[in-house]
Amino acid sequence: MIHEQLSVLLVVIPLLAAPITAMFNKLSWSWLITLLVCASCCFFSAWLLMDVANGEIIHYELGGWAPPWGIEYRIDALNALVALIVCIIALCTTIYSRKSVEQEILPYQHGMFYAAFQLCFLGLLGITLTGDIFNVFVFLEISSLASYALIAMGKNRKALTSSFHYLVLGTLGATFFLIGVGLAYAATGTLNMDDLAAKLPLVENIQMVHTAFALIIVGLALKAAIYPLHLWLPNAYSYAPTVISIFLSATATKVAIYVLIRCLFNVFSLEYVLTTWLPQIMTVLGAVAILYGSVRAIGQTGMKKMLAYSSVAQIGYMIMGIGFLSQQGLTASIVHLFNHALMKGALFMAAGLYIYRVNTATFENLKGMGREMPYTFFAMLIAALSLIGVPGTVGFVSKWQLINAALEQQQWGMVVIILLGSLLAIVYVWKLVEVLYFQSAEKIRVQGVESGSERIGSSPLGMTSAMWILALACIYFGFNTELTLGTAGTAVDLLFSAGGTK
Amino acid sequence: METSSLIIFALLLPLVGALIISRLDSMPNVREVFTLLTSTSLLVVVIALYNRLQDGQTEAFVVAEPFAGLTISFALEQLGMLFALVASSLWIVTSIYAIGYMRAHHEKHQTRFFALFAVAISAVMAICFSNNLLTLFLFYEVLTLSTYPLVTHAGTEKAKKSGRVYLGILMGSSIGLFLFGVLLVWFYAGDLTFAQGGVLSGKLPEHLALPVYALFVFGIGKAAVMPMHKWLPAAMVAPTPVSALLHAVAVVKAGVFAIIKVTLFIFGPDFLQESGANHWLIWFPMLTILLASFIAMTKDNIKERLAYSTISQLSYIVLGALLANSLGLLGASMHIVMHAFAKISLFFAAGAILVTAHKTKVSELSGLGRKMPFTFAIFLIGTLSIIGLPPFGGMWSKWYLALGTLEFSGPEFTRWALLGTLMISSLLNIAYLGAIPMKAFFGKLPEGSDKTIKEAPLPCLIGLAVPALICIYLFFSPEPFFSMAQQAVSSGQ
Repeated sequence: MIHEQLSVLLVVIPLLAAPITAMFNKLSWSWLITLLVCASCCFFSAWLLMDVANGEIIHYELGGWAPPWGIEYRIDALNALVALIVCIIALCTTIYSRKSVEQEILPYQHGMFYAAFQLCFLGLLGITLTGDIFNVFVFLEISSLASYALIAMGKNRKALTSSFHYLVLGTLGATFFLIGVGLAYAATGTLNMDDLAAKLPLVENIQMVHTAFALIIVGLALKAAIYPLHLWLPNAYSYAPTVISIFLSATATKVAIYVLIRCLFNVFSLEYVLTTWLPQIMTVLGAVAILYGSVRAIGQTGMKKMLAYSSVAQIGYMIMGIGFLSQQGLTASIVHLFNHALMKGALFMAAGLYIYRVNTATFENLKGMGREMPYTFFAMLIAALSLIGVPGTVGFVSKWQLINAALEQQQWGMVVIILLGSLLAIVYVWKLVEVLYFQSAEKIRVQGVESGSERIGSSPLGMTSAMWILALACIYFGFNTELTLGTAGTAVDLLFSAGGTK
Repeated sequence: METSSLIIFALLLPLVGALIISRLDSMPNVREVFTLLTSTSLLVVVIALYNRLQDGQTEAFVVAEPFAGLTISFALEQLGMLFALVASSLWIVTSIYAIGYMRAHHEKHQTRFFALFAVAISAVMAICFSNNLLTLFLFYEVLTLSTYPLVTHAGTEKAKKSGRVYLGILMGSSIGLFLFGVLLVWFYAGDLTFAQGGVLSGKLPEHLALPVYALFVFGIGKAAVMPMHKWLPAAMVAPTPVSALLHAVAVVKAGVFAIIKVTLFIFGPDFLQESGANHWLIWFPMLTILLASFIAMTKDNIKERLAYSTISQLSYIVLGALLANSLGLLGASMHIVMHAFAKISLFFAAGAILVTAHKTKVSELSGLGRKMPFTFAIFLIGTLSIIGLPPFGGMWSKWYLALGTLEFSGPEFTRWALLGTLMISSLLNIAYLGAIPMKAFFGKLPEGSDKTIKEAPLPCLIGLAVPALICIYLFFSPEPFFSMAQQAVSSGQ
């Protein structure tokens, strides 16, 4: 089949384009190149997904070296879906980015900015597509290094410290992951995921496997910002340049969660995971994350930080779904991974538009902006309702699925916590709506927007249209779940059958 | 035209109307014409649907299927038709009234007001025609959200505070309890479709019937069963037409309608009676009827008094549903209609008093009846219909509710308590509602009062007269509502 080459193209295109972008140090050119790269990747990943949606698995051997020695790209429904959402978000972010980058990033950095953005993008795609666990680490580092640089480009000086904070914790996570991989390699002599899955159960030195497992999980949990390892996330997301907040919040943690799922089910088998305490721990941590993240979100006074804490809560839902270790629960997690990317993307885009117009997103300065920017406000409202889980939006689909998974196992406490999470979401979403729509501005807004004028009078078309695409997707996928639920179902079937045979 | 496309048409028509209305901010007269046009054509569509239904066309159609076996779908059904007829016909009346009221009262943001009103009506139509619990829940939420800006219309601190209570209680109860109930039904029955005789019978363990049913009775906050009633008095800060149509007809009736639907088509009256879930729960609406009446007596603000009266009357309907026998359900369904026409007359009258005499308190009304005889005559008609005296429509629903209590399958004591409650409540009605026209007609005008007070503008008066006349008409011929309610109830058995 010719389509298997597509998988490697997804990584190669941005890899080749990134240095070229860096050379064109002009906004329009680097933007255009990035747009083309993202669009073509989006197209290829959609194609890939269509190929594997029926449960097929694509194998591609890099350089013709057969696994387990060579690196292999292995694409099934799960990673094709994750790759698609990464590409969609990257494309929308790029469409959105032009004006925002022009305003927020220093002119001499434009080329570098887009190059780093593409590197981050390719890193995330690489993590998603590869079937080799060491390769995961490599791409993890590519994307992380790029994102440290990107976050540090934020205008606020706190961006530097938050980037450094992220760098320390991120490196710690990556190191843990690497040591875990090293131990697994020492135990089995292989790095290929399929091969590992076959050989790990035969290892006699069970202590070593335990250690490897623990290190890999903790490393990934750091990357995925699972409570209580979420500390880097709120600052990193709130002080990064807007475009990066959008992109990372919608993709980076999702990809880490994907790797977590992959490791639990495809590397270490389901039977092995069941012998550990991990499922219970994950369910409980998920529950705590939901409550903690939501409560902290209520207490925030800035839109970006509120959204960041809400992300901590939403990650909790995904972790809880994985923790159930049932088909329904895992489907819920995967669907929520996709859905949350859509809604958080749209919400951060709305925040970015406010920043573009009034240079800040603290509640104090946002008072009454909803009335002034009704189109932005309504798109934001759709995404925010989806965060609550109002029916007719994507948020409802994933929550419904997750609650059903909890009911299936008679976990009444978890059902109550999920519903409580929705109620808390109402509180913080409504706090936002009240600020934006019902309070009137108290003082003259904002000083010194770069152009020299007090503030900017209109929203650029690119920014609003990208946001509306995501907002409408929130509704579309709330009614038509063939793509999301269907693919997630196929992916979960594959994961569980893999666990069964080994 | 296909019946399915006609239903879609009924849902989209007010939405399209809302879009057009929202674009006509600079031309208030054209905007009002469009409001009337939309509401009239909606009534025509609903009547056409009514004819289809009487010809026996009830097949459901699916709009979307988010989960396997779980759909967003619509169908024609007698009870929904009854509600749709009431809501759409009263929308016209309210629109006429609102035009007079909003202008006389110099309200701001009138365009937003009329546009959101149309959106709310669209949500109500969708609730009427929904074919399963998920669809109903979806549009129940849409209704809450679209009426929130209407409640906070004035934009004052008080309005915002009320809006918070409104949204907090309605969304909190629906997501925390109602949705939980829907989930449990789905979990046990694997089906949310409204079906004859219910879907839960034999699937839900009997000891769970009580808690699950309680999730619906309290989770459907729009039915305002105590302790979920606080939002309704809070919502009274809205302009009077909103209070009239939404908080006496559309929104609150959507709540009780949902409870009747759940009783008839999800649980099934037989299953409820067997499990005895209603024997205990029925005390809640019973106490609500009494307590709300007592609270109403203490309220001096007219609209607040009417709000508590609504709470008490809504619990009549909930009580009728919880009786779970055919007479009680018939009475409950009829009371949706009768209370709607009577209460809307009362609200319109209260609005007319506010607009012309600028009086909001009962204690200020002495002698005003001689200045505004027409308005207070209407108020009297509404009051008498709510009390349940002939020759007003309100008599029929109370009659069947009372008959229903006699057939209640629960303990003997509860049965007599229920009947007693209905009787006492009628007396209380006389006390707190009857007092208002009495005072207005027979009280003395205070010294130095404004001599120029006269009747409200003509559109307001037309709006006042129509529902009051219908109240009288419904006594002599409660058709077509009676036969529709009867068919709905018998199909649920």
